Amino acid sequence: MPDTPAIEVHHLTKQYATGKHAVDDVSFDIPRGETFALLGPNGAGKTTTVEILEGYRTRTDGDVRVLGHDPARTSRSHNARIGIVLQTSAESPNVTVAEQLRHFTTLYPRHRSVEELLEKTGLERQRNIRISRLSGGQRRRVDVALGIIGRPEVLFLDEPTTGFDPEARRRFWDLIDEVKREGTTILLTTHYLDEAAHLADRAAVIADGRLLDIAPIDEIGGAEARTPRVRWRDDVGEPHERRTNEPTALIRSTPEPMHDLEVIRPSLEDVYLGMVGHR
Amino acid sequence: MSTATTNTTTANAATIGAHRIGYELRSYFRAPDAVFFTFLFPIVMLALFSVAFSSAPDIQAGPNVSVDYATYYLPGLVATGILLSGTQSLGVDIAGERSDGTLKRLGGTPLPVVSYFIGKIGMVLVATVVQTALLLAIASLVFGVDLPTDGGAWAHFAGIMLLGVATSCVLGIAISALPREGRRATATIVPIVLVLQFISGVYLPFTQLPDWLQNVASVFPLRWMASGMRSVFLPDAFASAEPGGAWRLGLGALVLTAWLVVGAVACLLTFRWNRKDA
Repeated sequence: MPDTPAIEVHHLTKQYATGKHAVDDVSFDIPRGETFALLGPNGAGKTTTVEILEGYRTRTDGDVRVLGHDPARTSRSHNARIGIVLQTSAESPNVTVAEQLRHFTTLYPRHRSVEELLEKTGLERQRNIRISRLSGGQRRRVDVALGIIGRPEVLFLDEPTTGFDPEARRRFWDLIDEVKREGTTILLTTHYLDEAAHLADRAAVIADGRLLDIAPIDEIGGAEARTPRVRWRDDVGEPHERRTNEPTALIRSTPEPMHDLEVIRPSLEDVYLGMVGHR
Repeated sequence: MSTATTNTTTANAATIGAHRIGYELRSYFRAPDAVFFTFLFPIVMLALFSVAFSSAPDIQAGPNVSVDYATYYLPGLVATGILLSGTQSLGVDIAGERSDGTLKRLGGTPLPVVSYFIGKIGMVLVATVVQTALLLAIASLVFGVDLPTDGGAWAHFAGIMLLGVATSCVLGIAISALPREGRRATATIVPIVLVLQFISGVYLPFTQLPDWLQNVASVFPLRWMASGMRSVFLPDAFASAEPGGAWRLGLGALVLTAWLVVGAVACLLTFRWNRKDA
C-alpha cells in the first residue's frame, strides 16, 4: 500500500456541456508525503482538477484515485482520511471558533484537540468570537483548522493564502511545514510562486487545461529556461546579453571593459511567466 | 466484520445527529431575523389580533357557545408556528447553506446525510415545542384564553403537532431546492407560506372563502393542521363552522401523511450537498 501514490491522475479530462475543455488529458502522480503545487493562471483548470479529486465534480474521461479510492464515489470512511480547504470560505455561521471546531471534531475518528488547533492556527484569542465577526484572514485560518482537524492523510489546499498579509502568510507556511513533517500528502494550488517555492517538493504548470510541465520545484521549466543571463554595456554604450551556464568564465574571458554588468538567474516567477506568457 | 462496521456507523450517525441538534439550535437562536419572523411571529400576530378585536363581540358558534378573538385565532397560529418553523425556516436555512458553501464543506467531511437531517429536524422540533409553549402561555396568562383541561384533547394536540412538524420539515427540506440562489430563498419561499396562511383559515374564517378556494387549500397541509388545532382548542360546537360541519381529523391525518411521504421521497431524490456541475 505505501508504495502506491497518494494521488493518481491518468488522462483526466473534463469537458463542460458548452464543449469547453476545462481539463484536457492531464496526468500526474503524487507519492505519499509529498507536497505538490499546481500552478497556472486563472481559469487554467486548477480548481476543476482539485475539485474532481475532492469528489465535488465529475470527470468526463480518464481515471483518478485518491488513497486508492475513486473520489466520484461518496464514502464517509474515505472523507475521514482527507482534508479540504476550499477556495472560497463564504460560510459565516453564528457559532464561535471553539464551537465550530468542537462540532467538527465529532465527525472524525482520529481528530486533533480543539486546543491544539487553536494553538497551531494562532486563533487562541479568537476562540470565543463568532466566525461571522472574524476578519477574512482569521476566517481562512478557521478553514485551515477544519482542513487538518481529522489528521488527514491527504490535504487539499486551494489558494489557501489569498488575501493574507505577508506575516500571516509566513505563519501559514510554518503551519503547513508542520503538517508536512507529520507525513501528510498535500496538493496545493496557489498564485504565489514564492509560496510554491517554499512549500512544494514538486510542481506542475497547467494552462488552458493542459499540463505544460511537471518537475521538482527547482527544475520546473527545464534547464534551458533557467540558464542565467549576463548583461552589460560596452565602451560605446551598446547593450549586450548572453545566456550561459558559466557566467564567471564568460566575464573573465571578455577582454574589453563591461559596464553595468548584471548576472540574472531566472526566478521561479520568470520561468513560470516565460511558460505561461508565451502561449 | 461488515455487520460490526454497519453498527458502529449507525450509532455514530445518531450521536453526530444529536450533536448537530445543539449546534443547529445555537445558530438558529443567534439569528435575530429568523427568531422574529418564524419563532416570535405567531405570538406577535396573536397579540395583534387580540388587541385589535378586544372590543368586538365574541364569535358565536350556536346558542350560548362563543369565544373571544384570542381564543379563535390561537389554533390557527399554533398551526402557523409549526409551518413557519418547519417549512419556512428550514427551506430558507438550507437554501442559504447551499449557496454560502456550508453544504459543500459538509459534503467533504464524514458527516452522514442522515445526521444532518436529524440535526435540522431536531432543531425544528425543539424550537416548535418551545414556541408553542410560549404561545399557549401568553394566550392563557395575558389574553385569558381557556386552554383544554381533558387529556384526550392534549393527546390529539400532541399527535397533530408531531405529524405537522414532520410534514413541515420534509417539505422545508424539499422546498429548499427551489431557489436558484440563497439571496432569493426568502423571496421564493415566504410568499408560498404566506398565501397558504391566508387560504387555510388562519386569518380568515375558512368557510367564508369561496368553495373552489377551500378545495384548493384542502390539498395543502396547513388547512388540516389549522382545523386539527381548532378541534383541540375550540368548543365542539365550532365543528359546525367547518366544511361539512365536522372536524374530519382522519382525513386531515391522511392528507398530512401523504405530504410527509411525498416530501420524504422528494428529499431523497433531490437533496445534494452541492449543485452538481454540468
